[in-house]
Amino acid sequence: MLLASGITKRYPGVTALDGVDFSISSGEVVGLVGENGAGKSTLIKILGGLVQPDSGQVVMEGRQVKIDGSATARRLGIGVIHQELSDLDNLDVAGNVMLGREPTKFGLIDRPALRAMALRALERLGMGQLVDEPQSSLSIGQRQLVEIAKALSLEAKVLIMDEPTSSLTAGETERLIEVVRDLRAQGVAVVYVSHRLNEVKELADRVVVFRDGKNAGALDKEQITPQAMVRLMIGRDVAVANEHTHLAGAAVLELQAVRTKRFPSHSVSFTVHSGEIVGIAGLVGAGRTELAQAVCGVDPLAGGNVRLDGKSLGNSVRAAISAGLYLAPEDRRRTGLVTRSSVRENTTLPDLPHYARIGLLERGAETQTAAKMLEELNIKSPSVETTVSGLSGGNQQKVVIAKWLAMSPRCIVFDEPTRGIDVGARAEIYSRMRELADSGVAVLMVSSDMEEVLAVSDRVLVMHEGRLAGELPRAAATEEAIMALAVGHA
Amino acid sequence: MPKFKFGKEAGIFLLLVVLCVVVTVMNPRFLSPINVQNTARLIGMFGILSLGLAVVIVTGGIDLSVGSLVALLGALLSIGLVDKHMSPVVVVVGVLLVGAGLGLVHGLLVTRAKLQPFIVTLCGLLIYRGAARFVAEDQSKGFGDSAGFMWLHDLAVGNFLGVPWPFVIFAVFAVALGVLLHKSVYGRYLYAIGRNPEAARYSGVNVKRVETLAYVVAGGFTAVAAILFAFYTNSISPSSHGNFYELYAIAAAVLGGFSLRGGEGSVVGVVLGAILLQILQNLVNLLGIPSSLNFAVMGAVILLGVLADNLVLRRKQA
Repeated sequence: MLLASGITKRYPGVTALDGVDFSISSGEVVGLVGENGAGKSTLIKILGGLVQPDSGQVVMEGRQVKIDGSATARRLGIGVIHQELSDLDNLDVAGNVMLGREPTKFGLIDRPALRAMALRALERLGMGQLVDEPQSSLSIGQRQLVEIAKALSLEAKVLIMDEPTSSLTAGETERLIEVVRDLRAQGVAVVYVSHRLNEVKELADRVVVFRDGKNAGALDKEQITPQAMVRLMIGRDVAVANEHTHLAGAAVLELQAVRTKRFPSHSVSFTVHSGEIVGIAGLVGAGRTELAQAVCGVDPLAGGNVRLDGKSLGNSVRAAISAGLYLAPEDRRRTGLVTRSSVRENTTLPDLPHYARIGLLERGAETQTAAKMLEELNIKSPSVETTVSGLSGGNQQKVVIAKWLAMSPRCIVFDEPTRGIDVGARAEIYSRMRELADSGVAVLMVSSDMEEVLAVSDRVLVMHEGRLAGELPRAAATEEAIMALAVGHA
Repeated sequence: MPKFKFGKEAGIFLLLVVLCVVVTVMNPRFLSPINVQNTARLIGMFGILSLGLAVVIVTGGIDLSVGSLVALLGALLSIGLVDKHMSPVVVVVGVLLVGAGLGLVHGLLVTRAKLQPFIVTLCGLLIYRGAARFVAEDQSKGFGDSAGFMWLHDLAVGNFLGVPWPFVIFAVFAVALGVLLHKSVYGRYLYAIGRNPEAARYSGVNVKRVETLAYVVAGGFTAVAAILFAFYTNSISPSSHGNFYELYAIAAAVLGGFSLRGGEGSVVGVVLGAILLQILQNLVNLLGIPSSLNFAVMGAVILLGVLADNLVLRRKQA
């Protein structure tokens, strides 16, 4: 049905895919697994026509094809369900399902036909009753299902699902698995990309594993076990990454019945001690980022109290920063960095008055600090005057960290510290976090990357729908235990 | 930001020199002392408006109310000095405070009420024009022989060592603003906000205060220019005085390399832009181009300038 061979894709500073092969037949479900950054998403983007490969070829039903846009992919019969939602809040569900393919009559939208087509797709997912609801009234999980209905209505021959269950409830997940089995019976080829290895085991006829942009191996139906997949994903036997336990010191960051605007009726309390790294795991939409932002003063608290070193903290960014509580936010380009400014200007921004005398900046002092940070964090930048937008993702993330290391941190909150960056930079960031902890800083890390949570944290907190679902010491933190808490099944 | 983009300013400087040479060759009266002096006076007054607006444009905002504000403040100045016989110092301080105060209102509406700068200042443009006509009862306002406040009059039409006072003030303001934008903490914050207000906020910058202050500076600069314009024309007809002045100010900033997206541009650029714009006006007069084409020439030159800039930029990036 579909055969991709020798696909290579380079981004500045990163080789996302390095000559990978991938194939699927009709009526087959292929699980595609790998760590974040292994190249799965890039392959999906290439097959979906969003990105052009640097080399390699794609053959669809025996003919070599060039997928130069998402419209081309759709015409070839390739449907993609992306992980990021692309729905429009101001439309109803039917409008979202048929978005971009609205049936028309005399040039105007044929509303009854549109509704009927949408309903057909929604009913296959058992959610026909939602057809007239406004999209804005749906839960995140329901929105995800609307995306799936959208792809189903395309009548695709190859359907690619990227983490389709990442924000679904257990019941919704069950239904989705049924739908995938249905599709297989109808001869559709389904590429199933997921971190949830049990789901992959349940569904897949074959598993393809990527590691660092290369084919790491494949497993046939009877060989598929979570252990076998993990072994191929990380290239060695499953091992606990960081054996020595850390002695936590005094309480640094204390959350007392903190409530966020997203989940105003749930409160969260916990403490992070000097010298420890606490990971917060959970599904997308569990309220982790909202919590991190409210604690660091970026968003208003809906209630509760945040204390740092025993002192109550005002709910503002400036109060947090002057007390030594810093946030490395999840979206570095949108909130972490002024990408049009230089490395120097970004590094000194949070502490600018420190580099000024009577309001006038002393550039020499700024340059000195920025240069020191370039070296300390091994930031690959031609100079401190280089514009940040020209750096690779990993180096940009290091600049975010440099901002805070140049000051005197008491507690740093890392929200998705290594999202979308390469393996090398990732390892450096982990060791930097560990050094921070060893120097007595309290480190709080929000991460959706299970491997990362397990490898870095001394203690794991799991959130589910705005609440703290549980706490796991390092020894008890396993992927299964975390997932059980994250989906609210513990 | 403080990073000096040599290419951009150098380009407009070159254009300025070429224009001057061409005009001089075609009409040597261009360099006559009286023409140079008068052009410098106009550069000074319009330049002050441009400097103020540039601060707002750096944040990604805009101020369309400048021209109407010039009319309103001019009318108030005349009423205070001539009709009410108030102390000149009190009137001047009052006018400056009204200018800065209205700027503060703009800033608060933009940052606290979260209205778009274009809309806020478009309403300002309409309101201040109406207010100017109302307070002046739709009559032309002037200063007669300026008895009792001759020094104010001289500030607009007199010279300092042969250099028109408005140009001197402009030069002083330009230097001060250069230090503020390119050397100070506040200036760095302005550029950071213009480029990414969210990231600035996450870094602890008081975005609302910094942004509001930009509108206050623009209002204050406009008030200074309004006083000079009032005495320069000595006849303020409230329905037309200051018409389109905001566009001159925006044009000078854009010519000088400012992006309306915010976060780009330097004081050197806006100074060169303000000079170039007045030279263009002068050129239309001196070369016998029908004065009806005045705006068309200005528009065409700005368009070509921005286009050339864009092409050069794109080639550099490619």
